[in-house]
Amino acid sequence: MGTTASQLGKDLLSEYQELTFLTKQEILLAHKRFTELLTKDEKDLPNTRVPVERILTLPELKSNPFRKRICHVFSTSEYKDGSLTFEDFLDLLSAFSDSATMEIKSHYAFRIFDFDDDGTLDCGDLEKLVNCLTGETDDTRLTTEEMRQLISNILEESDIDKDGTVNLSEFQHVISRSPDFVSSFKIVL
Amino acid sequence: MARLMEEVEEKKKLIATIRNKPWRMKRRLLNLKEAQGFVDKFEGALGKGKGRKWFAYKVMMKKKWIKFQRDFENFRTACIPWERKIKEVESHFGSSVASYFIFLRWMYGMNLVLFGFTFGLVVIPEVLMGLPYGSIPRKTVPRAEQATAQDYSVLMDFQGYCKYSVLFYGFYNNQRTIGLLKFRLPLSYLMVGIGTFGYSLMVVIRTMAKNADVGGGDGDEGEFTFAWKMFTSWDYLIGNSETADNKYASITTSFKESIVDEQENQKDENIHLRRFLRVMANFLITCSLGGSGYLIYFVVKRSQEFANRTDLSWYEKNELELIMSLLGLVCPPLFETIAEMEDYHPRIALKWQLGRIFALFLGNLYTFLFALFDEVNTKLEEEDSIKNASLWAMKEYYANYTFMINDTDSTPPPMNPADIIRGPCWETAVGIEFVKLTVSDIQVSYLTILIGDFARAVIVRFLNYCWCWDLEAGFPSYGEFDISGNVLGLVFNQGMIWMGAFYAPGLVGINVLRLLSSMYYQCWAVMATNVPHERVFKASKSNNFYMGLLLLILFLSLLPVVYTIMTLPPSFDCGPFSGKAKMFDVIMETIDLDLPAFLGTIFSYAANPGLIIPAVLLMVLAIYYLNSVSEAYQNANMELKKKMQMARDEEKNRRNNTDSTNQVMKDLEDLLPNRSFMPPAPPSKPEKMPELEAKPTKTKPGSAGRGVNLQRDVTLASPNPNARGPVSRPPGPRGAGPAPGAGPGPGRGRGRGPPPR
Repeated sequence: MGTTASQLGKDLLSEYQELTFLTKQEILLAHKRFTELLTKDEKDLPNTRVPVERILTLPELKSNPFRKRICHVFSTSEYKDGSLTFEDFLDLLSAFSDSATMEIKSHYAFRIFDFDDDGTLDCGDLEKLVNCLTGETDDTRLTTEEMRQLISNILEESDIDKDGTVNLSEFQHVISRSPDFVSSFKIVL
Repeated sequence: MARLMEEVEEKKKLIATIRNKPWRMKRRLLNLKEAQGFVDKFEGALGKGKGRKWFAYKVMMKKKWIKFQRDFENFRTACIPWERKIKEVESHFGSSVASYFIFLRWMYGMNLVLFGFTFGLVVIPEVLMGLPYGSIPRKTVPRAEQATAQDYSVLMDFQGYCKYSVLFYGFYNNQRTIGLLKFRLPLSYLMVGIGTFGYSLMVVIRTMAKNADVGGGDGDEGEFTFAWKMFTSWDYLIGNSETADNKYASITTSFKESIVDEQENQKDENIHLRRFLRVMANFLITCSLGGSGYLIYFVVKRSQEFANRTDLSWYEKNELELIMSLLGLVCPPLFETIAEMEDYHPRIALKWQLGRIFALFLGNLYTFLFALFDEVNTKLEEEDSIKNASLWAMKEYYANYTFMINDTDSTPPPMNPADIIRGPCWETAVGIEFVKLTVSDIQVSYLTILIGDFARAVIVRFLNYCWCWDLEAGFPSYGEFDISGNVLGLVFNQGMIWMGAFYAPGLVGINVLRLLSSMYYQCWAVMATNVPHERVFKASKSNNFYMGLLLLILFLSLLPVVYTIMTLPPSFDCGPFSGKAKMFDVIMETIDLDLPAFLGTIFSYAANPGLIIPAVLLMVLAIYYLNSVSEAYQNANMELKKKMQMARDEEKNRRNNTDSTNQVMKDLEDLLPNRSFMPPAPPSKPEKMPELEAKPTKTKPGSAGRGVNLQRDVTLASPNPNARGPVSRPPGPRGAGPAPGAGPGPGRGRGRGPPPR
């Protein structure tokens, strides 16, 4: 239903305004940036999918340690390759926008951190998460001992039902108390 | 019929909250179209008979109103200036540095409004409709000063032509009405002065309330340290690889530090030494605060002596302002070095530092004010004698004139305004002091940035090629942006503006220019000469902290102005209130002359102490009541939390089939030998409790998804936890998002299946 023709239709625009947290200018800017990513012949096709490598050239995503996960979470492709259509892109921007609610942000944050997509954050997910946060180089990584200590501390704090994993409601419970979350979980074009 | 209405309402709710659902766009579009179609079809059917047209009209107006609101919101966001600039700073330096610029922008907006008021309601009427320069004494430069009135140095001191211009209080005439429109200037002057404070108060409190909402309530400080570090420490606005690397390094450091902290526990070695050092540090700091206060007092006294001399060097003329600005520059680093003795956690140390800087600025400001007050009193005494002298001189002039011309019939022309003896006009003097202070503050801060940041960066960059050690990595390296120092400077500058705006209407205009240039200058300086912070810990609740400071300063600057309006007599020959006994007499005059008689009697009744005292008592009672209500809510919260914890324990216990983990039940079990006394552990309860957290989406209809913090509903939940509230559908769909490969059952909270419904 979306379009990647060079002009965005007026009723589509107002529908997108209704469905996302973005203002009209933000949607138009998103459209402009998205069409910049397309090649010449792709521009005329409706509903083009942009492959994940091209999405990752956007400066807002380039330096983000979770960029691959973000693309994966918001992608609706059947091949699970992280490619995004324009509507997926809008979904992404809406969830990361300034006016999005804590609810939506925490939901998507959970999905992004869930590296194995099983619905909970277990030790493997947490370990990968920490490695993402400390950078990819070897001299900034934590030692195994420190990692183990860190993960056990985290589970002690957030795992309420003591099943060894953090599920969505526990995650939301922890996140909703944080004063920083909403302001740092933001991407603006 | 009613059910149809209910369904229509439900669909409307869905439309309003649809952007809050974590669905894919396609699904949302489908649902939206379906819901809209349904609403359109049946809404018309609900209005029946003659009410039908009216109903349809109402619906159409409502749609138009929503569309208008949305367009207005779009327009408003488009009008906000400097978005790109701030975003650039944010992507390089993170959100804490950008928050300073956002604060600066907010201040600029507020000052712009204040400027609009002052300019439009006070300055323009006087300029357009009042008497021109040179017509009356207060608007003319006195004969003695006319020779030097145009000199640059005199103008820089705000004497000469500057002093007798719209910038200052003394220029304004006290005519009750001016011009064709009968504009009441003195009344407008007073109202604008008070309205400035009223508007600022309203705006600050509104922003504080908005910030408090977003803050997410008051969680315990150390409650989720590790989890928060893990989940919320990355700043998604960072778009620059160098900043990202810095962030990685700081996150790693902070992880390692907290792991070590956790392992160390309370290693309280030598608590006595630590206590002694802390007491010592506080003593030293109090001494330096006292010293700075005395220094300012001394300098003000000296400046009063200087006022009588004419051969002053540049330093002596500007000594007061220089000393105040220098103190503001030198003392904070001094406090920081002394505070190293105290050995606090960085966040607590930052709070102490901010508190001390605040005390320093406050002390300085109030000492300055008290010294100024002395000056005002001397001027008031002087005024009496000058008043007599002035009248006498005028009588003499007329007497001489008739004597010289020998023609007693012609009326003598009035004395040239430049020759009339002037009173000291204390209000203008006070205004000049504030303006000079503000200007020197501006100069000092711009110079500091130029020298402290820019020159330093240039030296480090270019000397590095020929220097023994690595200037960039070691001392001095590039500067970091001092957020708290800058914010405090901004807050105190605003306090001075509020204090001085009544006596110098031009001050607000100067401030607007200052903020505008500051924005561009500091943005440039930050991008060109600063590096991102190495150690990033967020004093994140500080947003409301700075607003709270601003509020405090607002009250403190309100006090002197209100005091002078109420008690000090205005000068006899300058300003809009000259000739009156007290400044607020203008209001009495207006009530008597301009308003209908019965309003006057109403006001006189309202001012009766017999009415005011009960009103004050009522307000005190209201505060007490609201306080106890909020305490009751807090208690209810604690109870709910405890219940949730107990329920989880019971649930776990039931699953594991072991002894009860509930302490009360355990005690009971110990007392009773009967081991079959198992807690009933209602199976429905634990499912209800966690669902309370999931409810919020459904219980806030019509919020139009505008970022309302729905978590509020949980904490202010009704005391009956079993009440389901207006939930319109079972709280299951959270898992309905197409998470690829997500198994619906295992791992997602065992035992918490769909609630019994």
